[in-house]
Formats: sequence, C-alpha cells, structure tokens
Amino acid sequence: MSTVLPDQFGHFGRFGGRFMPEALIAPLDELTTAWREAMADREFTDEFERMLREYIGAPSLLYDATRLSDVAGARILLKREDLNHTGAHKIRNAIGQALLTKRMGKPRVIAETGAGQHGVATATACAYLGLECVVYMGEVDTERQALNVARMKLLGAEVIAVKTGSRTLKDAINDALRDWVASVDKTHYILGTAAGSHPFPAMVRDFVRGIGDEARAQTLELTGKLPDAAVAAVGGGSNAIGLFTAFIGDEDVKLYGVEPGGDGFETGRHAATISAGQVGVLHGARSFLLQDDDGQTIESHSISAGLDYPGVGPEHSWLAETGRAKYWPKTDAEAMDAFRLLSRTEGIIPAIESAHAVAGALDVAKELGPEATILVNLSGRGDKDMDTAATWFGLAEKGSGE
Amino acid sequence: MSEVALGNAGAAIRKANGEHRAAFVGYLPAGFPTYDGALDGLKALVDGGADVIELGLPYSDPVMDGVTIQRATEIALAGGLRTRDVLSTVEKLAAYSDVPVLVMTYWNPIERYGVDRFAADFAAAGGAGLITPDLIPDEGAEWIAAADKHELDKVFLVSPSSTDTRIAMTTANCRGFVYATAVMGVTGARDKPSDLAAPLVARTHATTGLPVGVGLGISNGDQAAGVGAFADAVIVGAALVRALGDDGPTGVRTLAEDLSAGVRREPRTFPVR
Repeated sequence: MSTVLPDQFGHFGRFGGRFMPEALIAPLDELTTAWREAMADREFTDEFERMLREYIGAPSLLYDATRLSDVAGARILLKREDLNHTGAHKIRNAIGQALLTKRMGKPRVIAETGAGQHGVATATACAYLGLECVVYMGEVDTERQALNVARMKLLGAEVIAVKTGSRTLKDAINDALRDWVASVDKTHYILGTAAGSHPFPAMVRDFVRGIGDEARAQTLELTGKLPDAAVAAVGGGSNAIGLFTAFIGDEDVKLYGVEPGGDGFETGRHAATISAGQVGVLHGARSFLLQDDDGQTIESHSISAGLDYPGVGPEHSWLAETGRAKYWPKTDAEAMDAFRLLSRTEGIIPAIESAHAVAGALDVAKELGPEATILVNLSGRGDKDMDTAATWFGLAEKGSGE
Repeated sequence: MSEVALGNAGAAIRKANGEHRAAFVGYLPAGFPTYDGALDGLKALVDGGADVIELGLPYSDPVMDGVTIQRATEIALAGGLRTRDVLSTVEKLAAYSDVPVLVMTYWNPIERYGVDRFAADFAAAGGAGLITPDLIPDEGAEWIAAADKHELDKVFLVSPSSTDTRIAMTTANCRGFVYATAVMGVTGARDKPSDLAAPLVARTHATTGLPVGVGLGISNGDQAAGVGAFADAVIVGAALVRALGDDGPTGVRTLAEDLSAGVRREPRTFPVR
C-alpha cells in the first residue's frame, strides 16, 4: 500500500527524518514496526477497509459540480469527503491509527487538533474502539471552534486547552508531544496530519490514500480518463497527500496544493508555508516552515483554524522542490468568496479549508481552459465553521433570530 | 574505551570526580528575565559552585521543556533575544570564569544560523559544546563534522526508553559527557528523583568511558546528593530558573550553594572511571 518514498529513515529527499528527543525514538521504532506489520497483515487491512466501508461510508461520492463548473469555466469534480462520518477526511486516519493503537495493546490515545475535525474524528474512533482519549487544542482554537469542543466532550474525550505560545495548533502539538514523552508505555499519539517525525508522514498518508485511490477510479468511470488536475488545500497536508498519492505516477495529472494566504503575503499574516517559508526543522521533521532569521517559528494566520499551521508535511516539500506539485496561496477573502460561491451554486457549504481548494480550482480552470477536468478534494463540511462564516458575511447580528 | 573524548566539559566533570564527588551542572537560559539579568544569574551560578554551565538558547517550540523553562524562554524571546546575543553571553561568561559553557539548544536555530558558521563563532566566543535535545546522532552528521572540526563537545541524550544498541551508538558519538534523562518526561522540578536514573546510568557506563550526567527533575541539595551517589554529574535546570525569576541572582546563588553542597555530602564510593 505504500509508495517508494520515504526511505527507511523517513526521508523524502532532503526532507523528513527524525528530529526528536531520544526518549521518543524507541516508541517511534515500535510504531514503525507495528505499522509496517499491520499494513502487511491481511486481517488488519481487511478490518480497516471494513470500517471505512461500514462505519465511515467510503467510498465517498464523486460529484459532478455542473453549476460550479459553469462559473469556473472547466469541469469540476468534487470528491465529497465532507459526507464521511464526522464530516471530514480526518476520520480515515483516526480510525486507522486507533485500530493500530488497539493492535499495539495501548489503552490511551492523545491527539492534537486545530479546527477540531481531527479531534472529533479521534474521539469518535476512540469511542468506537473503547480507547481513552485526550485531545490538546490551542486556547484560541477552542474559542473559534466551540461546537467541535462540545462534540469531542460528548464523545467522551478530555479536551485540554493549551495556553502557551500562539495558543493554536503548533502549541497543541508541542503539548501533545510532552504528554507522549511522559506516557509512551500506555499511550499512542494519533497525529492528525501527514507531518512530524517518521513514520507519521508516511503512515498518515497510507491511511488517507483512499481519497485519491477512490477518486481515481471514480473519475475514470465517470469520464473515461484521468483528470487533468487534482487540487487540494494544504495546511499540514493530509487531505492533499491523500488525494495526490494516487496520481503521483501519472505525469499528465497536474497536482496543485492551495495554501492559506491569510490576509495576504504583503501583510506577513498568512500560513503559506511552502510559498513563503524556508527549509528548517519543526515537530520532528525537516520541511518548509515559517521562521525568522534566527530559526524561531513565526506565528501563522488563517481564517481556517485547520490550515493555521506554520509547518507542512515533508512529502509536500519534496513534491514542491521536485516540481511534481505546484503550491500557491489563496487569501482569506478569496477562500470566503469560494465558500459562498459553492454554497450558492451547488447547495454545499464546505469547510473553510476546502473553500481554499475551490478558490484554487478557479485559478486552475483559468489556466487549463474549458476542456479540462479538475478534481477537487472537498475535504470537510462547513458546519464547524458557521460561526466564522456568519461573522465574515455579517449574518450574525444579535437579535436577528434568523 | 581507551580513547575518551573528554573535552572541556568532561575534564571539568572528571576533576570533580577526582574530589570524590559528582559535578554540578547548572542550567539557565540566555535573555531571562533580561539579557543583563541572565548574565547576572549565570555569574551567580558560577559563584555558587557550578562546575559546568548549561546555557539555554531560547526557542519558540521547546518540546522537551516543562512550563517553567518554556515561560522563561518565551520572556527572553519577547524581550528581543537573538542567537547572536546568546553568543555574546557565552563570550562574557568565558571572560568571567574558566567554568566550561555548553549551550543547550533545539536544532532549528543552529541550522538557520548555519551549522559550521555557528560552530566557528561559538568556539571563537569561548564555548565548550552543545547539548542537543532534539538532534539524535542519526540525523546529526553535519553537526558532528562541525563540532569535530572546531573541537567542540557533542552532548547527545540517552533515555530510559533507549535500547542498549542505541545507547552504544549515541555514546560513541558524544564528546564531553553523556546526558542521561532521568525520567520519561519533560524538564521541571519533581518531588522525588526517578528510580529510572540509576539503571540508565549503569547501562550507559557499560558502553563508554565518558562521564554520565543525570538531568530532569532535580531541584535541591538532598536530591543532588542522591543522584550524585551514582552519576558523574548532576544537572539542574527548572529549579534554578524559578529561583532566578523569584529571587534574582541572590536566589540562584543560594540554590547553587545548596546543590553544590549536595554533591559533596556523600563521598562517592565507586572509583573514578
């Protein structure tokens, strides 16, 4: 189920690797072995695929978005990961890693979450499989994603608001790592994106690659050919790598990653890690990251809590450096325009993460022209972002009652 | 084990061991509570009897540190501390005393500065070596080459979770001493020392003739005496940071004297290796 990269030490070219405290090397080795053995064990993969099918609802639909296509000027196909159980692609990875946790005989799970979708997915998987669950979330994110905090608690998870640093996703990862160092004997850390130390980038990719594998087969069935382009939003990069993996060997399929442009490049308030970052080490891997001249992490900004991360998965850095995939930013405003456009043309309210991908697809349509078929990963639904959207569009006036 | 790369830090630890005691290694970060305040605290640490200084390079994402050190380093960064200020702190400390100064640093700031450039500038400033909590030798080829070129100490960490094979590989790449993390956890004062430390030190001693220092969780003279009975060096951080924050250089000096007396309390019974 895995592609050639990374090498046995977790390197994608010069990216990836293990920049971690020695205390975590043995647990990472244990995890690497457990993951490789599990993926080679038919009983495990059958159970994973059964859960995807019967619990998650996979394969998710491929939807021919004709009204959006009319506006875009190219044929847009939406991979409807928003229709998965819990409303995002994140559940694929959470279920896979939770199943692996059971296999390793560990009773407790920790996770970090930004927009909350990974936290909800992990809490769901833990409830389903009978695991104790603790989710770290930046205090800022607990405020802008209050609904998802309530969901996690209802599912039985303990949610810990992280009050250090920028109080967003990167600080939640720091605190989850601290917990893990102190509890590795009974705890697995379900990292929510294809970033971090080996084996997480490759392992998460393998658990979410169904997105692309399904979409590839569905596109072939619907159109008789491969898409001309595949487009996805990139924060840490799990939904994008899940989509891209199926097409990396298809040189005719262009791969596009849409980064969170925040208030715009010129303001410095963005999270466009590949477009504006430099190579460095954060959270256990070498990759592109937002940093100052001294190597201190710069706080990122995006209207999307799920994309608000100053790093990116190392495989994306490799895809960018080799030119196989192209990455560029769309601003908060462009993403929110696409959010409204999709809502009004198709009756689909996307996650703001996914709205970035739709905004990017509009650019790609202009570039490739009307004959092009563009596959877009609609990685999640917008329920969790309604407060943000209502505020952005001025729909949250007090006392309106509507 | 015939060729032991003691370096400056290892020599200072072995000198203490020659006095039938463990060495006392004290940590404070640069720039906390201010640039000058940190320097005063570090001088108080020297005056209080530290055998080796561990100078923290403040970093935005210190995953191995608990809340005390993280807050201090956040204050240092918010105060505008730069990597070059850490180097000038090293230079001033080196001018103040002969106590070896190692910098404890997460890896990204060094990579950003330029690994060989940092090694050269750090050596020129009078620094002895680096302690690298998130750099394992497996990923450290560039640093190992630069440290060897500039004759700097390379202090890598071993952990209770490390296999014997990894401990042997790690110690083979160390120069100066080996940092044994006494607990599975992050930095911070604890009520009682870990029972994981002594077996780890024994496993580490079995692979190397280098001194082995024990850190994480030690906060007073009694604990230092206990750990000093089996370790070559006792490393204290968060408690000193708290003392500096609460009572300034006087607080550091008082605690350093307590810790320094602690490592002298029980004569070491096992021979210097």
